[in-house]
Amino acid sequence: MSKNMIMAGLVVFVLAVLSPFWLNLITSTQAAPEPELLGKAAKVKKCVLDKYEMRAEHMYLLDVWRDSVVRDAARKYTGTNGETFNMSLSTGENSCLGCHEDKAKFCDSCHDYASVSPYCWECHTNPKEIE
Amino acid sequence: MMIKSRRSFLKVAGIAAIGMGAAPVMNLAASESHGSALPKMEKNEEALHAKRWGMLIDTSKLTDEVVEAIKDACHKSHNVPDFTIEPDAEKYSGVRPVREGQEIKWIWDEHFHNAFPDKEDEFLAEKFHDLPFLVTCNHCKNPPCVQACPTQATFKREDGIVIMDYHRCIGCRFCMAACPYGSRNFNFRDPRPFIEETDPDFPTRTKGVVEKCNLCAERLAKGEQPHCVEASEGAIVVGDLEDPESEIRHLLAEHYTIRRKQSLGTEPSVYYIV
Amino acid sequence: MLEIAIQGSKKYWLWIGLLLAVMGVGAIAYVDQFLNGLVITGMSRDVSWGFYIANFTFLVGVAAGGVMVVIPFYLHDYERFHRITILGEFLAVACLIMCLLFIVVDLGQPIRMLNVLLYPTPHSMLFYDMIVLNGYLFLNIVVGWKVLEAERNQIEPVWWTKPLVYISIPFAIGIHTVTAYLYCGLPGRGFWLTAILAPRFLASAFAAGPAFLIILCYIIKKFTKFDPGWEAMQTLAKIVCYAIIANLFFFACEVFVVYYSGIPGHLSHTKYLLFGLHGHNMMVPWMWSALILMGVGAIFLLIPKLRNNHVLLPVTCAMIFFGAWIDKALGMIAGGFVPSPLHHVNEYAPTLQEGIIALGVYGAGFFVLTILYKLATTVKEEVRG
Repeated sequence: MSKNMIMAGLVVFVLAVLSPFWLNLITSTQAAPEPELLGKAAKVKKCVLDKYEMRAEHMYLLDVWRDSVVRDAARKYTGTNGETFNMSLSTGENSCLGCHEDKAKFCDSCHDYASVSPYCWECHTNPKEIE
Repeated sequence: MMIKSRRSFLKVAGIAAIGMGAAPVMNLAASESHGSALPKMEKNEEALHAKRWGMLIDTSKLTDEVVEAIKDACHKSHNVPDFTIEPDAEKYSGVRPVREGQEIKWIWDEHFHNAFPDKEDEFLAEKFHDLPFLVTCNHCKNPPCVQACPTQATFKREDGIVIMDYHRCIGCRFCMAACPYGSRNFNFRDPRPFIEETDPDFPTRTKGVVEKCNLCAERLAKGEQPHCVEASEGAIVVGDLEDPESEIRHLLAEHYTIRRKQSLGTEPSVYYIV
Repeated sequence: MLEIAIQGSKKYWLWIGLLLAVMGVGAIAYVDQFLNGLVITGMSRDVSWGFYIANFTFLVGVAAGGVMVVIPFYLHDYERFHRITILGEFLAVACLIMCLLFIVVDLGQPIRMLNVLLYPTPHSMLFYDMIVLNGYLFLNIVVGWKVLEAERNQIEPVWWTKPLVYISIPFAIGIHTVTAYLYCGLPGRGFWLTAILAPRFLASAFAAGPAFLIILCYIIKKFTKFDPGWEAMQTLAKIVCYAIIANLFFFACEVFVVYYSGIPGHLSHTKYLLFGLHGHNMMVPWMWSALILMGVGAIFLLIPKLRNNHVLLPVTCAMIFFGAWIDKALGMIAGGFVPSPLHHVNEYAPTLQEGIIALGVYGAGFFVLTILYKLATTVKEEVRG
């Protein structure tokens, strides 16, 4: 009796733990969206790091940026490629959103797909949305 | 600066890597080994500098209109919520009713005996009874709020500004208990429904964090004077307290000034000409 | 040993079910607070700490009070406390869990809680409070569990429990001292800025903790076959008596200093509590009730005939416990924040939802306490039977 109970419990446990995988198998899977480069970003084509590093590490970069701006009052970032940026998510031309003008197509499409909800936008504002 | 930034970059990436697997750090190291220069983080060239920022308020120049203009300029540009307004019902649904006493203010007016409770005189000069006294964060040299904060979310910058890292604040409100000047505010709720016009140049705050005057650090960084100074018609001067040649030091040398509760030893950096 | 907790009478399960229901309701109320912010509380810009921190402060005291059975038993070989030492330790565990929960429900950004560890800040008293509270919790769990397990197996407890017990004694004093330091190191709060705050906290803790323990002894005696022993309870009552008199004495010292010196920044808070300020007198009936409850309780314990009365003793203990709760929980917060540093008088009263969340925390604490006491009493019944 206890042997069967244990086995049944184990099956339930394994199923529950693997739920992200089999849930994705039975629901329709979509291909990962490409972040769209629009407006200024499409023309300039030179970001802080190159494309793949940016994809993988933008969150660490932003974390360093916010500490630098808030705690050291250093707001100017010159990257390894020699370009200078204003360390800001959304204020001014030389900020993230200053160049990547469409937040929905640039930030949100990937974040939604990856099911991450960064709390940046609880405080920082998208200048487009305000207008 | 350069070395420090790089180190902190790696440190943060390293901490993140503990949770995320080691891959990001590996990538980062690779990118830096083939890059020609290291990333640099610097202050803007046009930024205003001081050894210790201070403020001088000439109370004789403060009229009710000027006071309103100052409060307005500060609060609007910093997206400080105004709980007297009716939230936009289309944009925000189910907003809870406002609870009294949970307001937020960075700079505001008080009666003399509230601003200076230890200087309450029985036979105070008549004119002081009705004069508006502007109060704000004193950017103390020995700030009790910084001492109390368990995460260094409130800290003193090397230029004397006592400032907050809203990303780090856990909302324990120990700093509010510690501040002898009542200068701190807590976001009891999401402030956004109560911001009439959001200024895109400054973030809003989120619910659950403390906030207060930052001496317009974001403007000093761009070489501009704080909003209150600009709106004050000469009543407020902000400058370097440690520089004997600065305007604020000249004014301090010429006038008799007082500070709030200086007997507590917090060394406020806001002076009042009375 | 934990299997004992899943075997019990109908009454036991009814009680567990009730506690789970209370916790559930509290949790629902908390989820609402989590989503909407502390706007649902009665706290304000002027009174920025409220019912949560008040109960936290008081429960740190009850937890520290457990040391009043540990010291006589382990340092003085006072055999009569042999049976109830475990009760004191497990009471501390339950109280500390409530303390930590009260801190969490009080935070504006609870998901960032671990920033306290990520950016350790030795100049903040909260840093030390975190260390001593968690340390004392850990010590009590380990010692209580190991000693009880040894008793069940009828062997001597493993040797290293002894040094842990000795360490736990300064920790008990430490948790309440550091909790007092949270308050009394703040320059602008005249009511808290007093060197006697930590001793006063300890005095009220050593009254409230053992008083509650006596009440628990009555409950245990009624619902289990385990008898904590009347002599032990009498000794506890004497401890409560000394401690509550010390607490009242310290309070009298405070009142003397603020009234005789007459310094407004210190006087106005005590005045607000005892007589009201500028027509605001919400706390007045509470404070006088507290003083009467504690004072009359002290007299009841002082007179041997009344102290020895089986019927009166739990009533006296309840009076003292409740009086100390008003004094230290409600009075400490209200007195400290009213009037504000700018001498505005804004009073504070908790909202219903705040009360429900607090009740949920108490439910969780009693849940832990019930299970731990179930283990302790069952083991002791087994050994004796």
